[in-house]
Amino acid sequence: MTEDASIRMGVDIGGTFTDVVLEVGAEQFSIKVLTTYAAPEDAILDGLHQVCTKAGITPGQISQIIHGTTLATNALIERRGAKTALITTQGFRDVIEMRTESRFEQYDLNLNLPEPLLPRQHRFTVAERVDASGQVLIPLQRSDVEALAQRIKTAGFTSVAIGLIHSYLNDTHEKMIRDVLTSQLPDLMISLSSEVSPQMREYERFNTVVANAYIKPLMKSYLGRLKGRLNNEGVDCPIFLMHSGGGIISLENAADFPVRLVESGPAGGAVFAAHIAARYGLDKVLSFDMGGTTAKICLIKNQTPKTSRVFEVARTYRFKKGSGMPISIPVIDMVEIGAGGGSLAHVDAMHQIRVGPQSAGSEPGPACYARGGEIPAVTDADLVLGKLDPDNFAGGSIQLSTANSTSALENKLGKTLDMNATTAAFGLSEVVDENMANAARVHAVENGEDLAEYTMIAFGGAAPLHAGRLCEKLGVDRLLVPTGAGVGSAIGFLRAPFSFEANRSVYMRLSDFAPNVIATLLRELATEATGFVRNCDSQASINTQYKVYMRYIGQGWEIPIMLTEAQAMNPDAATFQRLFEQDYATLFGRVVDGMDIEITVWAVNATTPIEAVEPVELANQHTTASSDSTRMLFDAALGDSVAAKVVQRNTMRTGHTSQGPSIITEDETTIVVPSSRWAITQADGTIDVVRKG
Amino acid sequence: MNTTSAHPTARADTVAHQVMWNRLISVVEEQAQALVRTAFSTSVREAGDLSAGVYDTQCRMLAQAVTGTPGHVNAMADAVGHFVRRIGRENILEGDVYITNDPWEGTGHLHDITVVTPSFHHAKHVGFFACTAHIVDIGGRGFGADAASIYEEGLYIPIMKFADQGNVDQTLIKIVRGNVREPDQLVGDIYALATCNEIGHRRLIEMMHEFNLSDLDGIGSFILDNSRRATIECIAALPRTSATGSMTIDGYSKPIDLKVKLDIHNDRMVCDFAGTSGLDKKGINVPLVYTKAYACYALKCAIAPDIPNNAASLAPFEVIAPENSIVNAVHPAPVALRHVIGHMVPDTVYDALDKILPNLVPAEGAGTLCNFQVSVRPRTDEPAPQNAVRAEVLTFNSGGSGARPSSDGLNATAFPSGVMTMPIEATEHTGPVIIWRKELRPDSGGAGKYRGGLGQYMEVGVVEGHEFDFQAMFDRVDHPARGRQGGANGAPTTIAQDDQSPMNGKGKQFVPHGRRVMLAFPGGAGYGPVQERDPQLIKRDLARGYISAEAAKRDYGMSEADINTMMDAITHGDETP
Repeated sequence: MTEDASIRMGVDIGGTFTDVVLEVGAEQFSIKVLTTYAAPEDAILDGLHQVCTKAGITPGQISQIIHGTTLATNALIERRGAKTALITTQGFRDVIEMRTESRFEQYDLNLNLPEPLLPRQHRFTVAERVDASGQVLIPLQRSDVEALAQRIKTAGFTSVAIGLIHSYLNDTHEKMIRDVLTSQLPDLMISLSSEVSPQMREYERFNTVVANAYIKPLMKSYLGRLKGRLNNEGVDCPIFLMHSGGGIISLENAADFPVRLVESGPAGGAVFAAHIAARYGLDKVLSFDMGGTTAKICLIKNQTPKTSRVFEVARTYRFKKGSGMPISIPVIDMVEIGAGGGSLAHVDAMHQIRVGPQSAGSEPGPACYARGGEIPAVTDADLVLGKLDPDNFAGGSIQLSTANSTSALENKLGKTLDMNATTAAFGLSEVVDENMANAARVHAVENGEDLAEYTMIAFGGAAPLHAGRLCEKLGVDRLLVPTGAGVGSAIGFLRAPFSFEANRSVYMRLSDFAPNVIATLLRELATEATGFVRNCDSQASINTQYKVYMRYIGQGWEIPIMLTEAQAMNPDAATFQRLFEQDYATLFGRVVDGMDIEITVWAVNATTPIEAVEPVELANQHTTASSDSTRMLFDAALGDSVAAKVVQRNTMRTGHTSQGPSIITEDETTIVVPSSRWAITQADGTIDVVRKG
Repeated sequence: MNTTSAHPTARADTVAHQVMWNRLISVVEEQAQALVRTAFSTSVREAGDLSAGVYDTQCRMLAQAVTGTPGHVNAMADAVGHFVRRIGRENILEGDVYITNDPWEGTGHLHDITVVTPSFHHAKHVGFFACTAHIVDIGGRGFGADAASIYEEGLYIPIMKFADQGNVDQTLIKIVRGNVREPDQLVGDIYALATCNEIGHRRLIEMMHEFNLSDLDGIGSFILDNSRRATIECIAALPRTSATGSMTIDGYSKPIDLKVKLDIHNDRMVCDFAGTSGLDKKGINVPLVYTKAYACYALKCAIAPDIPNNAASLAPFEVIAPENSIVNAVHPAPVALRHVIGHMVPDTVYDALDKILPNLVPAEGAGTLCNFQVSVRPRTDEPAPQNAVRAEVLTFNSGGSGARPSSDGLNATAFPSGVMTMPIEATEHTGPVIIWRKELRPDSGGAGKYRGGLGQYMEVGVVEGHEFDFQAMFDRVDHPARGRQGGANGAPTTIAQDDQSPMNGKGKQFVPHGRRVMLAFPGGAGYGPVQERDPQLIKRDLARGYISAEAAKRDYGMSEADINTMMDAITHGDETP
């Protein structure tokens, strides 16, 4: 970050709320406003004015805005993208539809697979072919592309994805198609698979470029409008976008590669949690981010969120692996399930309560919003169980109706299951908590981790309401709820570095190790990645991280190996082999003797340094926090209502404690401390919730 | 906690057992994942043709990963017992790893390697891990139907120690290396199998530490008792009756009749394959373990899909067949392509089950996976270029699945097998083969109220300077999938070279330099009368090109005017996709 960026604003558009955080020197001001779907920039402007008023500044004084949004993800989930065509190699029209040719749920005879983003009639082919060594087998004819351009024009497509077989090795045909289309249809938006995701495996690559093309017009126009509106308000500072890998890119780069914005909000949350983990010196953290629509769970080891090269968006079948669509871009690895404050409940054929993934969103919202919602949402259950105060939700900006929640719970769940509203709310709440706990367990297992050693960091509007119960279910002893928990992702944006990861598939065997080629390739990637960062800040010092993916020849999956700058610039085969064998043995127990090793993917991440953190000294003086009231709170572990003290968070000073059952309230969220836990305020305002005994 | 009770009444140990059961399932899922990550054969690493499970000391399977291979479900459940019998309990030592590819004591053909590792905790034997993977080559005639006996199908590895207290048997490695076409790949895969069990073992020991267990007896009984009870409850809810089913398929040189009699008892279901054709001369015969696996899988899908696989949940499904019928082949019958027949077992069982429980099971689908193997070599008709090589390339592909009682069949999606296809870019990196086409096959799904899933087209050639043998493993050339409740049949398999020279659905066939193999894989059958199909779905199918204009008119009765309107709308981008 540059020194002069003294007033910075983070903006996170979520499915339900738009969060705005203003950092003026060391002071932080935040506001939550409802997301405005039709024109998301409206909510930003609204929030901007409110937060500026709070801080006593004018919008023109803001020196930097960092923005993350779920718009890209939602457009993919809700299929609200542009009229998009795919141009692909003849013979491969159906790659994005045929997927892996398998069923992600083996035992369901009535399984349906998700529809591809583009229906078959929107997928076109051209005669051309590149082979697995990058050689052209069938040259592309310009006249074929010209004819295709006419068809695209007649049918009125506004965006085109180009994905050709083996284009990650040779991109000349993809570029030629772009050139011809651009010359004939200058307004057409075009995305190339060799630029968006230059990775082997056609299904993932094609799907990624299609997703990029599909949301590009929407995102480009939105970002343009946002910039214009902000300018009108006198905000002329640079605007940057959070990307899915946990860093920041320029608005222009984001408009060209909007698929990199998918999951940018949650990525900001992971950065936020990593920052808290660093302050507390925690090496094993489970971040739990629960908003209005979904819950996100991420493992943060050694204060660094885990990253991955492929992830899946828009899972359609109980968020099951394989039921969504793969996107191969650098991304913070997390699981997301349809469990948020707005997630709706129903009773299925087996008389089981099911929650989500359908969400009430901001319109009509949960029943308690009294905007016409009649189906009970998680928030309705939270209200009926005493976790929320109807008069003090979102700082009192939305008056909640307990009567509406009660009747929704009785009508939609209670009648079928013969339950009163409280029992129905308990059932609903337990189902959603168990769903989240299971997702966390599976994610931990997939990463070979044991959650008992982890500390949970909870943020997002709904997380502190559910985190205590989740810790009980997962056997996690300690939970941190930092200040600003309700707007954690937006704060995370302000902690994120400018960064960009450039990567490329180039196959090289250690037996054919070519040091010069490698050094050149890594230097090119470093230049590319650095260029993205320079677009954001022409002055900052930039760190480059070098990573290669290696495997034994014949294996299909690689393991990432980190290189030092010296190892990258003066590469030698023996060092590469040693590094690979070390990591392989750690992961899989034993190395394979006498087998050649190859490098498949090369990646360079350029990033500005992460700001140093101030360690938090744990509070050692304990005083019971004062409480002005009690209310009945349903404690799920006890299965009964208990009298819980209500404590205002802003009255809690360092060392103040509150024994569960208690409820700690603030404007943006509410922390529920179950009977099994007690809470203490740390010096930075974090509420530290610990298991009793 | 899914539903109603306001006060948790479950005893603490039951809750702990629930948690441990879930954990064991996670352990085997992770075990399987390790195999995918470390395997060398594309069949394992890209397609997921593998399985992994954990067993108690009495060789009862407690949990199994849900992978692409129902064919391993029951087969692997039985395997560990054979290992213990052959190795001898007294010889089971810490650090041991056992191996076999015995078709009858493993999973049905020599191309499946099964590795079993005993798990020790505080020097005490507490259980076993087993895993199986389909490897690309095991020598012999190569993966195909042409052998006349098991001896021609490749190297046989009897149940033996791969590692004795941690020391790998180098003699075995030498013999393996000397007998197969891709020695590095195979040896790498054997190591990957051992690694996979090792990962499972590590996670198990962590779990035993966490829950302070000294053995798996308590959790084992809990899993098996609950699974048995739940499965029997599902069966008890069915009518106590019986029905017969049958299906005729291509076979190798003559058609094969599959026949089954399904009996539903109080506490078990019995499939008796009496009346099924006898052994074939070629390698499409099926060891009973594999028939059991698929019959059991079909029944579980239909009546007890939510109960995890283990010794007790599988036990109530009994499968019998006369010895030396094609579904109960005994040594030394050739069995390399047992999947070709085995994958047809579910549709046969469903023919019977549909008579007992109508509106439950799908119409017939492609059934057998549409796999083929290409043996590439430098051209022999003329001097080959210097850089020409030999390679074995195996691909897995799917035809269409059958339409369901209330939805269309799935396009180019495997059933009953659940393996994935390999990305063609990955396939082309394994050898000098070129896949020129791999896309949906319009008009191949049987018409009906619900349409069968589409099959697919493939075109296969090799890089200039090479020729190849094409190992075909297809069925449904002469016996397409049959419709149910008035639905039409799916389209049959076709195979020929690009110069129209005919090829057979099964067997190794030479393809000269410059030629390609043109394949059309079968579609699934339709369900219900086509007259009842929603006109919107017919229009959608036409717009997407799932059906041609001709088929829309001929099979679905769409008017010429409506067809033209739709075609025009597509051209101008006005259609509702």
